[in-house]
Amino acid sequence: MIYLIQLQIIIIALLVTIACVIPGNFLVLRGVALMSDAISHAILPGIVIMFLCVGTLNSPLLIIGASLAGLLTVITTEALMQTQCIKKDTALGLVYPFFFSIGVLLISACARNVHLDTDMVLLGELAFAPFNRLICFGYDIGPVALWTMIIIIISNASCAWLFYKELIISTFDPILAHMQHIRPSYLYYGLMMLTAITTVAAFDAVGSIVVVALMICPPAIAYVLCNSIHQMIWLSLSIGCYATLIGYIGAWYADVSIAGSIATAQGLVLFIVILLAPQQGIIARMRINQKLRTQHALDCIVLYLQEQPFKKVNIAYLSHQLRWSKNHALTIIAHGVTQGKLMSDNDTLYLPN
Amino acid sequence: MIYEHILACIIVCTALLGCALGALGSFVILRNNSFLGDMISHAALPGIAATFFITHSVNPALLMLGGICSGIISVFGLHIITHYTRIKKETAIGIILSVFFGIGLVIISHIQKHSIAQQAVLNKFLFGCIATLLLTDTILIFLVSVGILTIVWLLHKEFTLSTFDPSFAHTIGFSNQTIEIINMMLLVVAMIIGLHAVGVILVSTLLIAPAAAARQWAMRMPLMMLYAMFIGSACCISGTVLSCYVRHIPTGPTITILLCCVVVYSLLYAPHRGIWFANSCKRTFGDQECNL
Repeated sequence: MIYLIQLQIIIIALLVTIACVIPGNFLVLRGVALMSDAISHAILPGIVIMFLCVGTLNSPLLIIGASLAGLLTVITTEALMQTQCIKKDTALGLVYPFFFSIGVLLISACARNVHLDTDMVLLGELAFAPFNRLICFGYDIGPVALWTMIIIIISNASCAWLFYKELIISTFDPILAHMQHIRPSYLYYGLMMLTAITTVAAFDAVGSIVVVALMICPPAIAYVLCNSIHQMIWLSLSIGCYATLIGYIGAWYADVSIAGSIATAQGLVLFIVILLAPQQGIIARMRINQKLRTQHALDCIVLYLQEQPFKKVNIAYLSHQLRWSKNHALTIIAHGVTQGKLMSDNDTLYLPN
Repeated sequence: MIYEHILACIIVCTALLGCALGALGSFVILRNNSFLGDMISHAALPGIAATFFITHSVNPALLMLGGICSGIISVFGLHIITHYTRIKKETAIGIILSVFFGIGLVIISHIQKHSIAQQAVLNKFLFGCIATLLLTDTILIFLVSVGILTIVWLLHKEFTLSTFDPSFAHTIGFSNQTIEIINMMLLVVAMIIGLHAVGVILVSTLLIAPAAAARQWAMRMPLMMLYAMFIGSACCISGTVLSCYVRHIPTGPTITILLCCVVVYSLLYAPHRGIWFANSCKRTFGDQECNL
């Protein structure tokens, strides 16, 4: 029985990862990744207002209200940006605390005695997801979160598949998209709608901050590793699932919060990748920079020698003139000699031929 | 009597925080770093939780020190990701915010497993304890805010220079890196102190909203900072008083909504940059004359 529950938790976690990663890729590529963070906070008033209308916490209308609040956040942010008096990040940073505060005020004014608070929105608990069962015609057909996430994945994947070309064009070249009568703004709002619905459906299972981690981290990892969007989507899906599994296993061994552990695992994988990635990684970049620096210094010496009357110079004098330390000069000269660009005997340096 | 004493403490605390964060926020806004405050306030969680786990102490100063350490680590991590990889700044901020918060959740759930008493203080730290600010907190906030304001006052020329024209600052011999490090340190300290007093959401609004409003009114940097400080502290005071006299209204959200209203008012009616003014200018003189 306990293994069955664990299996369900793993499956829900993987489904949440897949659902979040699909819109996450386009968010990261468009540089609006923080929209997921803002939406995940700003949906609070939507949930509260719908709760006040319906009266229960388990109604699907709450998801619709939350999605509308998310869309309203996007529209308000765009409207603030249109004034051109305020920049995009500032606009977003102002809109979501405003919405969140309205939610908190509504809760404390109208719903004081209900189990609906900020903790519930911000810190979900994956371990309880399997116990919220979906009963259909008297049969227990599995956890609610499982079916919601399957529906979200189907809608996300079909939207991404149907509008794949349009999304790519409007992401990388909005002007071209406009010329071809693909409305980039419609696609943008559609993407934001998908993000809002995904965030709302997933925060119930894993908590909003972890939704942000799942939306941003796997695409960012893939962004460092790939050069084509097709590869990026598949790689981010597989890496995201892999990191989620690591996170779950870690949480199981250490007996800590599953959601937190998944976010930590995503961060850990990202850290390893940006350190060791073959072309874009920090170590690879440092190596390339070191190589370029040596090459540049070598070019410096060659130019300097060509300016000299007899195309030769004393090494000590050279290092004094270029303000290099003796050791640095000797290393560069050794490189030049192995490349055949310089020749040296004892302490004089001259150009070959 | 005691009620008025508490109210005075809260008013002084929030007004000072509004001043300090408003002054720092002007630079944050102009550098396009609006989500930096949000990132620092989320990234403080693992530091605070780890300090609590190691020392079992509920001394706010000690917890703040832990928060400041992890805030500085997060800023450093942001610098590494944006400078050494091709990941954009927004994405990097999102990554650090969520991963640090996740680490914090792991540490907190570990603490809860050991069921150490006084663990409720952690929740209080994250969502703020504006109603229970004590005299010692007030003194701490007073000292830190005055310190930050003094440093900003002394260094505002350098900050302004490196914000608007980093290459010129470099040319005349200033180290942009040092200036940025000092700026970030001040920001982290101010954010963590504010986090303890007013909570995650309000502290990031308090950082950017006064500056965003002040930007519409001022055309010069010192003026913008002064306006931001004034707007920040005025909204904090009026929000606190309002939430005190109207029942069932929490202080933090009231201040947030007041600040947002001030921003919207400034966007509409500020002279020169406001929408209403710009439109009437365009109607009178045509498009070309009014590009400010």
